[in-house]
Amino acid sequence: MSLHAIQTEIMAMEKKRRLYSMAGIVLVAAVLISGYGMANDLNSGGFLTGMKQFFDYPAEIVKEAWATGFSFFPLMGRFVPALVETLNIAGAASIVGGALAVVLAFLGSANLGVKPPVVVTIVRRIMDIMRAFPELIIALFLIFILGSSPVPAMIAVAIHTAGALGKLFSEVNENADADPVEGLASCGATWLQRMRYGVLPQVLPNYLSYFMLRFEINVRASAILGFVGAGGIGMELRRTIGWGKGAGDETAALFVLLILSIFVIDQLSSFIRRRLVTGRDSE
Amino acid sequence: MTSSTLAIQPPEPITGSTAVFFRVRRESLMIMAGTGLTVLYLLYTFISFDLWHLISRSQPQRAVMLATDAVAHKVHVTKNIRGAGGLSIAVEGERTATYETPPGWVTVSDDMSRVDLGRGYQVDIYDTHVVFQIPDIGPVHVRITDAGIETTLPRGVDPPDWLRATPAKFDARPTIGRRVQVSKARIEVHRYFMGWENFFFPFRSELAGYSPGQLFSLAFSDHRLDPDMANWRLMATTFWNNPGWQHKQVFVALLETFLMAVLGTITAALVGLPLAVLAAANFTPAQALRFAVRRLFDFLRGIDMLIWSLIFIRAFGLGPLTGALAIAFTDTGSLGKLFSEALEGVNRKQMEGVHATGANRLQFYRFGVIPQIIPVFVSQTLYYLEANVRSATIIGALGAGGIGLMLVEAMNTQRHWENVFYLILLTISLVMVMDTVSGKLRSRLIHGRSGT
Repeated sequence: MSLHAIQTEIMAMEKKRRLYSMAGIVLVAAVLISGYGMANDLNSGGFLTGMKQFFDYPAEIVKEAWATGFSFFPLMGRFVPALVETLNIAGAASIVGGALAVVLAFLGSANLGVKPPVVVTIVRRIMDIMRAFPELIIALFLIFILGSSPVPAMIAVAIHTAGALGKLFSEVNENADADPVEGLASCGATWLQRMRYGVLPQVLPNYLSYFMLRFEINVRASAILGFVGAGGIGMELRRTIGWGKGAGDETAALFVLLILSIFVIDQLSSFIRRRLVTGRDSE
Repeated sequence: MTSSTLAIQPPEPITGSTAVFFRVRRESLMIMAGTGLTVLYLLYTFISFDLWHLISRSQPQRAVMLATDAVAHKVHVTKNIRGAGGLSIAVEGERTATYETPPGWVTVSDDMSRVDLGRGYQVDIYDTHVVFQIPDIGPVHVRITDAGIETTLPRGVDPPDWLRATPAKFDARPTIGRRVQVSKARIEVHRYFMGWENFFFPFRSELAGYSPGQLFSLAFSDHRLDPDMANWRLMATTFWNNPGWQHKQVFVALLETFLMAVLGTITAALVGLPLAVLAAANFTPAQALRFAVRRLFDFLRGIDMLIWSLIFIRAFGLGPLTGALAIAFTDTGSLGKLFSEALEGVNRKQMEGVHATGANRLQFYRFGVIPQIIPVFVSQTLYYLEANVRSATIIGALGAGGIGLMLVEAMNTQRHWENVFYLILLTISLVMVMDTVSGKLRSRLIHGRSGT
């Protein structure tokens, strides 16, 4: 093939690629413009009026909180039990879901010699389904049967966690070194022993790292599910916001509490994760 | 956190049997302590959640009700004792779905009406007297007297557990699809049928009674049911405006949820990218600016979607714009942070090469930087899009509208469980379709055009 032919071919390919990119950009722009137009029409309040009112509500809350003065801090203290409840929902859901995820991940990893190999496929499908179910639907359904309580939210978040962490855990498993497993197998170790002593010590730091990340996400999810009747800080928020005017100081206290706890958990989890990934004992 | 930073590191070799023993001992102790603490914590949460009390007052019959109603519908045969004593037969007891002439399984005569519930179950309704024929048990007589409801079982039969007879009310449900209730005010018989009632056309519509085959031929026939429009258009509009199932409103709600997710995610990605350039150490030498942009990301992420939604719902009211902006604000923080991490990992050589050709600033980014981060950009954006379809249903439930709000409202009215089930099915399908499409796109864009 002559140089010229190669050049024309490359240019043609480049032209095609640019055409695709341009088409993609035009498509995204079209979606954005028409989408925002449509969204603005469907919305009960328009964008321009909304923009004017955007700072009204935060300003109102801040003003009321300011007027409360120093009794704002006792007010925050009053909502600590609700915060603890939200954290407990997230904590219990992460632990229950995480434990389930470990089991699912070991059964859903292709490299660990799970006996009929079809189990791996089935377990992966189960994890896909658990991930796909919106937490809201499970929570609403269980609230309907069990009544307003933290348990429905915990179960809903745990199911989603099991699916999401299970997938990440099985990816970690599939990257694990096979040598220890083979060594153990040559000593006559059973499957469970091979997993316990050959795989688990390798993957545990990464498991914990993903677990912390998930806990952070679950705190947010539990707060939001409280709003549909699952208890905790979300429920308190719905109460104070539902009252309309007059409860701005309480709303502000709840906002501050929620933001602070999310910030602390965020920092804590990234600190722990850094430590886990860079080696456990070294500083 | 990208997967590369989480690659498994081989543990350092430990030599010496004492060291190994010590280490193994310490590790197993730590694992045992960790497990013990976790179990204790779970016990504490379950006690604080009041789990036992919760289980005792749970209402599993509601799950049965939802499950039955989700796949079946019932027809009420009602006789009011007070006032006009006529018999009314209506789908789900709705006044708008009352039969003008009784269906084949109900016979009405002057002094007695007979309701055939199938398989030998049969209810005869006299003036204030009901005879419920139950196979293997025999006739159960229920009389409405001034003293209350009198129930007489056949001789030698113990009252089964599905039958409750008090002076105030008689309630018998021998199978899940047959129920007879008698109170001093009314006699009510329920018979269940499989399937969703009036899913396509409302009860009162002239299209209601046709079979699929008849409808198909009717759609293309010249004989117009409505002189103003063709039959297929009549069918479409009747279906679209069905008041019981609200296909139009449901479709709009789904579209709203979809719009929230798509607009929110794309906006977050497009705003997050330029901000990420300002937050990346190798592109922005000014430390103060970098610090400010990074704190902005933390601020947007830290406020959390819940609070952003509540603020936007106050300012913008109900609708997709509200949800889209709440998602856009939160995820500008998350995506901006991810993009800035990706930008800090780009290869300098390609950038220097483009720079050496005398490219201007725009060309430098276009050819030196963007090709390197486009895989991260696209895959993370699609990943967030998937998650945001789920988030949009929740934001909707908080009050922003869409399918989430519709679902919460349908559940709160505690009727029409078939509608709730329908909405749940639609929401899950939307989530699954988005997951599949985005998964396909991601593997296509990252692993080459053919896709794996």
